[in-house]
Amino acid sequence: MSHIKIELRKEDVDFIKGVCATFNNDPQELINVLHTCQEHFGYLPAEVQEVVSDGLNMPVAKIYGVVTFYSFFTMTPKGKHPISICLGTACYVRGAEKVLDEFKKELGIQVGESTKDNKFSLSSLRCVGACGLAPVVLVGDKTYGRVAPDDVKNILKEYEN
Amino acid sequence: MSKYSTHLLVCGGTSCHSSESDAIVCNLRDELEAKGLMDSVQVILTGCFGFCEKGPIVKVMPDNTVYVQVKPEDAQAIVEEHIIKGRKVTRLLLKDPVSKEPVSDPNKMDFFKKQLRIVLRNCGFINPENIDEYIAREGYKALGKVLTEMTSEQVIKEVKDSGQRGRGGAGFSTGLKWELARKNQSDEKYVVCNADEGDPGAFMDRSVLEGDPHSVLEAMVICGYSIGASNGLIYIRAEYPLAIERLKIAIKQAREYGLLGKNILGTGFNFDITLRYGAGAFVCGEETALIHSMEGLRGEPTVKPPFPAESGYRNHPTNVNNVETFAAIPAIILKGAKWFSSIGTGKSKGTKVFALAGKINNVGLIEVPMGTTLREVIFEIGGGIRNGKKFKGIQTGGPSGGCLSEKHLDIPIDFDNLIAAGSIMGSGAMIILDEDDCMVSMAKFFLQFTVEESCGKCAPCRIGNKRLHELLGQICEGKGSIEDLDRLRNMSVVIKDTALCGLGQTSPNPVLSMMDNYYDEYVAHVKDKKCPAGQCKSLMEYVVNPENCVGCTACARVCPVNAISGERKEVHHIDPSICIKCGACMEKCKFDAIFIR
Repeated sequence: MSHIKIELRKEDVDFIKGVCATFNNDPQELINVLHTCQEHFGYLPAEVQEVVSDGLNMPVAKIYGVVTFYSFFTMTPKGKHPISICLGTACYVRGAEKVLDEFKKELGIQVGESTKDNKFSLSSLRCVGACGLAPVVLVGDKTYGRVAPDDVKNILKEYEN
Repeated sequence: MSKYSTHLLVCGGTSCHSSESDAIVCNLRDELEAKGLMDSVQVILTGCFGFCEKGPIVKVMPDNTVYVQVKPEDAQAIVEEHIIKGRKVTRLLLKDPVSKEPVSDPNKMDFFKKQLRIVLRNCGFINPENIDEYIAREGYKALGKVLTEMTSEQVIKEVKDSGQRGRGGAGFSTGLKWELARKNQSDEKYVVCNADEGDPGAFMDRSVLEGDPHSVLEAMVICGYSIGASNGLIYIRAEYPLAIERLKIAIKQAREYGLLGKNILGTGFNFDITLRYGAGAFVCGEETALIHSMEGLRGEPTVKPPFPAESGYRNHPTNVNNVETFAAIPAIILKGAKWFSSIGTGKSKGTKVFALAGKINNVGLIEVPMGTTLREVIFEIGGGIRNGKKFKGIQTGGPSGGCLSEKHLDIPIDFDNLIAAGSIMGSGAMIILDEDDCMVSMAKFFLQFTVEESCGKCAPCRIGNKRLHELLGQICEGKGSIEDLDRLRNMSVVIKDTALCGLGQTSPNPVLSMMDNYYDEYVAHVKDKKCPAGQCKSLMEYVVNPENCVGCTACARVCPVNAISGERKEVHHIDPSICIKCGACMEKCKFDAIFIR
């Protein structure tokens, strides 16, 4: 599992238990429970999965299997400003890979990593459906369209403070 | 709607939304407020118009004027010039690519001329967050007709006779699917809408859900009535927050109007819809995998039979249809099977929505009758290839589809013709490639996608696709041999024959079709160790052009591996055996004396 160890506060445990209860503690609702938990915590560390396992009365191994199966779920926290570069086909043929390389170079991190100060994290995703704007970069909720490698520095500058 | 004399329709689709269409709406409202026009002019945020390339789009009705690439600061000009003075804002009109004259009427734009909109009939016309506007355009009329005038057998017969085939990819007859689900007796049945649009480059389902969510809800109730189900589930990607939001609003409004829930329209029929969220797995577009995912499990497919129509969600008979399939149903019921089947080709009826993307001038969403040729789609509606480059190929059907070349341009697009040509319809994504795209790298790109998205359950897909990807990687690096091409083909055929589900069975399609259509390019990679498109870095060679080189030594000084030799004021030379192809010399040279061969 993940190398990150966290300690859940009592209210965190209560929150997770509460989420399970709203879904009637039904194991078939696991994905909905995980979505709600990830929205709350930002990621799904092992400790959270253990409480879910308790709440839905199912083995934690099953939960781990589901968390690692779906790319939307993550066991590592994202940076303050998560950067996602679309590598869908439309963005790829319009040069998204070069944009990604530029972000890697500027931030000094690889896909799936966060900067040391945890300000930025880098990920790639498959198609946000804004192919008219290819190549597309998301920083948090903000979408940048028609991004060229030269734009990368300016985009990062917006988040300097 | 009647109290307003003019409507300003602002595109709220994903692409335009990302380009500040919200701010355009705000500014337009502020301008109208300032001029005291709020009572006569209404600003509506609609669904996608499809013309994403020129977004954000603002359409003025009833003048039928379309403004393109509108910025929030243009709101003032639109209100002052168009609304108050009645003059069109010429600088915001589309320029005809040939005559260079401004065009305001969408029906005169090449992009819209050949389109026929059935599925997208309401996208860009109505406010998707207002059920009244859907009802004003004959919304829920089909449901009324079905519940009060038709038996379930009649509905299924109508859908069967229309000849509609599933738009999700496989092209199975919709009516037949409903009939199978109806025949299986059970006290509990389910209607599932597959909105897990995972195919990169396809965004039609998203546009329908964002622009016309009620059409899908209405069709699901009709389907429920036909097969005897009272529960509907929409499985939608978590990556589509706007579509989720609009569906939630639509479901709430439909319940308030008695169009969902108990005793619909007073007929005693009960049906309700809930949302289920995907979590980013391409394979969940396969119906058995989708059902497992809805049950809280890993989205792994299972062998069919049993088909979902016999045993699906929670082991009950389940009917799964795609968003686009559902969206056409109300129109089929209202206008009749005869009308629908009069459109299209012999075995593919109606229209199909395609998402055009890649190296094409007009990126966007289009709907054309089946049987339209690829040439019409690419060169007339799509406006041809960007930057005057040469057309090379078109990938249809996403990573599971194939790449068709110049010689296929005149085939009429339908399910069977695309299969015969070595590709598939798939969800309708069309990625256009130009002369700069390398067909080995593209095949590798698609395989990388399949490898990442393979669920790992069956060996052909888990291991075979990985091997295909490795082989393609070696070829791109100049380490391939001519025997590798045979190996690629053999392995592809075996994977196609033996993989468990649609994902694995179709994943070698890009390799096979690209090898069929661009074999010379593959041979060039393995025999001559050259990449004709100049994309494969390992196969490129940096060369000094002796005519331009002045011997300034700038390149030699910047080279990190000392691969460049030459005396001052003499022509320099790059040693290809030392060169690491970093490109630093080319960037540094002020005389354009270094080029890639």
